Amino acid sequence: MKTLKDAKIGQTVVVAKVWGEGAVRRRIMDMGITKNVEVFVRKVAPLGDPIEVNVRGYELSLRKADAEMIEVYE
Amino acid sequence: MQYRIALAGNPNSGKTTLFNMLTGSNQYVGNWPGVTVEKKEGVLKGHPDVIIQDLPGIYSLSPYSPEELVSRRYLVNDHPDAVLNIVDGTNIERNLYLTTQLMDLGHPIVLAVNMIDLVRKNGDTIDLEKLGKALGCQCVELSALKGEGYQEAAEKAVELAKNHTHGERPHVFNGSVEHALAHIEESIEGKVDANYLRWYAIKLFERDERVREEVNLDSEVMDHLEKHITDCEREMDDDAESIIADQRYTYIEQVIRKAVKKKAAKNALTTSDKIDRIVTNRILAIPIFVCVMFLMYAIAMGSFPFSIGTIATDWANDVLFGQWIPGLFDWILTSLGVSGWLYGLVMDGIVAGVGAVLGFVPQILVLSLLLSILEDVGYMSRVAFIMDRILRKFGLSGKSIIPMVVATGCGVPGILASRTIEQERDRKITVMTTGFIPCGAKMPIVGLFAGAVFGNSPLVATSAFFIGVAAVVVSGVILKKFKSLAGKPAPFVMEMPAYHLPSLRNVARATGQRGWDFVHRATTVVLLSSIVLWFLQSYGIVDGVFQAVEDNNISLLADIGKAIAWIFYPLGWMGDMAWKATVATFTGLIAKEQVVMTFGTLYHYAGELSESGNEIWGLIAQDFGPVRAYSFMIFNLLCAPCFAAIGAIKREMHDGKWTAATIAYMCLFAYAVSMIVFQLAGLFTGEATFGIFTILALVLLAGLIYLTVRKNKYADTQVKVGV
Repeated sequence: MKTLKDAKIGQTVVVAKVWGEGAVRRRIMDMGITKNVEVFVRKVAPLGDPIEVNVRGYELSLRKADAEMIEVYE
Repeated sequence: MQYRIALAGNPNSGKTTLFNMLTGSNQYVGNWPGVTVEKKEGVLKGHPDVIIQDLPGIYSLSPYSPEELVSRRYLVNDHPDAVLNIVDGTNIERNLYLTTQLMDLGHPIVLAVNMIDLVRKNGDTIDLEKLGKALGCQCVELSALKGEGYQEAAEKAVELAKNHTHGERPHVFNGSVEHALAHIEESIEGKVDANYLRWYAIKLFERDERVREEVNLDSEVMDHLEKHITDCEREMDDDAESIIADQRYTYIEQVIRKAVKKKAAKNALTTSDKIDRIVTNRILAIPIFVCVMFLMYAIAMGSFPFSIGTIATDWANDVLFGQWIPGLFDWILTSLGVSGWLYGLVMDGIVAGVGAVLGFVPQILVLSLLLSILEDVGYMSRVAFIMDRILRKFGLSGKSIIPMVVATGCGVPGILASRTIEQERDRKITVMTTGFIPCGAKMPIVGLFAGAVFGNSPLVATSAFFIGVAAVVVSGVILKKFKSLAGKPAPFVMEMPAYHLPSLRNVARATGQRGWDFVHRATTVVLLSSIVLWFLQSYGIVDGVFQAVEDNNISLLADIGKAIAWIFYPLGWMGDMAWKATVATFTGLIAKEQVVMTFGTLYHYAGELSESGNEIWGLIAQDFGPVRAYSFMIFNLLCAPCFAAIGAIKREMHDGKWTAATIAYMCLFAYAVSMIVFQLAGLFTGEATFGIFTILALVLLAGLIYLTVRKNKYADTQVKVGV
């Protein structure tokens, strides 16, 4: 399973499913990361975590641990 | 009749600016019951019968954060007459997500599309008529920052509130979801508030725990609902919560396709992106952050020609509260011919005590101003992005770095700066540990002992700083394992808002608010404690007679010091210095500078003492061996902060118990560390001898290590929201 965590900087991926449970998962979906949406991986923070992505026209940052819950395909 | 309009919107949508414009200075700031979320309401300008209720900035009405919970509780239980929903026109897709949820509640809604000037500047267009038609509500455009269009938005909302005009509810969900929702509505009809039937149905479909508890259906009905939900889930091959979120966004995409035209290509770089290429650049981000922090520190607290904070505070301390105010009071009291004790109370107790604290107001205003600007511009979320990796290890958030840096100047604005941390747990740990950072006022203590005992070695000040930082780090690790602060690191899924120019009005308001908080505290907590300490210092029992005393050594404070000095015996405070050290520590609660001044009086130094007290170095050196001096220094650096900072802790915790817990934790931690240092290091210098306290110190050291490295048994429990 490929996740958003594995996506390279500058890559655009499509969300297949958001795994996990509870508050974090709901928050991720509330912020617009839902099935079939395109996510552009903008950059990684200077210390390697979190990452910054562009989704639905705005910038979102999330930790790699959370990005791992997001299954994607190219 | 009074009408209530709820103002709702995402964070960074310009809601605060709009609220300030709608209500002017007619605001009331309080707290939502049971949570540390600020509650603001105000009377609409020109409409004395209309109250605007500002809801917290939220992305959704899901049941997870306290902000979301208080918002939805207000919307469902308090029946506002209309909802004014502000959305950021430049980021309309995600902003409309909340709108679709607000619509489920069925209140009359006005959709105010903000930042319309930026939308136009980008060459984009938003067709308000089509948007309104698709969403079934009234739409207006505005630019809150430029002050355009807000009256129209308000008038529309007032009109809807008075007429209770409902729009047509849009069809957000597809057939099979609507089918399930219809069944749920049927089963719960009569058991919930009829106005919000659809909202309850959707929440039950999502299996929202809180709504389930509230509605409290019997198990037969629950089974019936569950069957419809699982049927729908099987059909859609997804879980209910995702189905709802997906379909809301799918619906929004359709609306946007009709009503919004974007000029720029999808992945074109915006101005914000270009700024971020430098500001959050992999190599430059941290140096830039250090520069920003240094500049902030330099302007507010440094000693450069441009350090306006320091210049103003020096003036306030030396001239305003050093000469003018005392002069004025002196003149008033003398011309009134008041008795000696009252003169002493006012001059030495109140004026000196409160003045010492109020003198810091300019510095705090400058710091607050700079912080508000950084916040308003959008830099704070970049800071969190840059620093998150390190700080999360210590139970802190990326944003905790700002309070820590500010606290090296003064702990009060440092603690107040923790307000920008959204997650309650991170904020609490930050507030509990910020006081460990050695502030400017603790530096004279370090200077005194460095000079008197350690031959002015710069290592003493350096070690003081590292002890402070180590205390923060160790405490963060210890505290995050306690049940009430434990849990998974809070989700760090954070919007990085586009940079924008700061709103003068917002910045001024936020600065004024923080400054006023401080003044308010200085005139209550500090006033009271100054009076008490003055009394204890100025009176004593001589030859069995209670009377005013000139000599601090025979005052009530000295008696108390002598009576309780044994508490500090394990820290190496023994012999004649013990009570002096005890008294000095207590006076340090007014302001940490007092510690050195107190030593001055206790060692009978008559003249004006310099800041680091080099006149009494010889006397101090006789009484304090190096390890004892170090133990005293550590205890005073780490124990309870001054009253002003305690007040700030109380302000941010909003809770007496948490404030008490913080102070108790700091004192215990300071006590343990000082004792360990004295008992173990003292063995080498001969200041301590092996005995029961050596063993106790070893036990404490082991305990501290255990608390730090023990397994976090609550690591996986989800952070519970206590509402």
